[in-house]
Amino acid sequence: MKSKLFSAAVFALATLYFTPVWAQEAPAVDRTATGGAQTLEDIMRRQEQLKIDDSFRSENLGNPANAAPIGGQLGTLGGRSDSDIYRAIRYNSIDPSTQVRGPAADVLIQDEGIAWYKLREGPVITYGGGALLAIIALLAVFYFVRGRIKIEGGPAGTKIERFKAIERFGHWLLAGSFIALGLTGLTTLMGRSFLIPVMGPEAFATLAAGSKWLHNNIAWAFMLGLVLTFFMWVAHNIPSKLDWQWIKVGGGIFTSAHPSAKKFNAGQKIVFWTVMVLGFSVSLSGLSLLFPFQMPMFAETFSAMNSVLGTGFPTDLTPHEEMQYANIWHSIMAFVLMVAIIAHIYIGSVGMEGAFDAMGNGKVDLEWARQHHDLWVAEVEAKQGKGDSP
Amino acid sequence: MKVMISAFVAALVIAFAAPVVLNQFGWSSAELTRSESVRLD
Repeated sequence: MKSKLFSAAVFALATLYFTPVWAQEAPAVDRTATGGAQTLEDIMRRQEQLKIDDSFRSENLGNPANAAPIGGQLGTLGGRSDSDIYRAIRYNSIDPSTQVRGPAADVLIQDEGIAWYKLREGPVITYGGGALLAIIALLAVFYFVRGRIKIEGGPAGTKIERFKAIERFGHWLLAGSFIALGLTGLTTLMGRSFLIPVMGPEAFATLAAGSKWLHNNIAWAFMLGLVLTFFMWVAHNIPSKLDWQWIKVGGGIFTSAHPSAKKFNAGQKIVFWTVMVLGFSVSLSGLSLLFPFQMPMFAETFSAMNSVLGTGFPTDLTPHEEMQYANIWHSIMAFVLMVAIIAHIYIGSVGMEGAFDAMGNGKVDLEWARQHHDLWVAEVEAKQGKGDSP
Repeated sequence: MKVMISAFVAALVIAFAAPVVLNQFGWSSAELTRSESVRLD
């Protein structure tokens, strides 16, 4: 019964990532009836928010060879109409001269910005927010079905030091900054849709400005915490054969089994590597956003992916597009990380008796430690003798 | 719990120090679009 419930929840979560609209390709349209211009089908597809093949516009930029003689009455545009020129500006096919300085100054219209805006306001908010609500609901259901995981036979009353002060400092530096980043990031992403209708634009403007300041600056604490925890714990998080035994019994989460584990069990190793890999990725994309146009990385990444995987990602990106890809990637990575961390917070607090003490005061009950990290307890006892009495 | 609170305070200290330090290193977003003089070509 429990495994069926779990499978249904996993399936429901998986469907959140099913996005049929993204998979649609723009169909070839016969434009002979309009002489190559927009057709009724194009208009209908646009109204239905479907992709259209806009090459009839983006490639219709006039031809200087068709220029009328300079002495003629209509010769000044050099073979290009105003419409041709504005299309060229829209599709960034001109080399303008501008007195504005900066890496993005010569992009006068950034046509792909609409696609970014729609993706950000649509699927990113819908599926990202949905995933957060789904994991909270799933954990609530799990709590009512499974209940709090108790220390079997009750606590021993004897404590053993699990994490030193520097380890806990690194953990809370990372955790505290991540929670601040998550809340301010969600405010920035979703405030326009969900907070302005509640609090009004003036109050939200103040909140948004504060959120942006905190998000941009506390990011450095997150990165420092990430580096600290990586170096302190990486040696304990190397996968081993023991992890497979732990995974095979689901860590005893769904049963009352207590698989053997060292300092970190397989579940904790999964959390560790999820935080490290996604934390590194969200930090890189965040740095790209913190220093606008200074750290473009998607054109090169797409180029490498195209050559290795044979994909067709665009590699000729405007500076704005680089930022937009970084923004979308940053949001997706952050949502996945938030989902993982919400589950981590659950099991480290209300989900398991005695777990919070490990990061709360650094000392855990000896019986809790024996049930969840028996091999680590044996190692500690072999080195230092029995645990301290309370 | 003292360690947890110290880490939260440290995160805030880093947040307040970050813009000052970045400025000391000479980075500011205004620098990116600054030019020495207006070109008239």
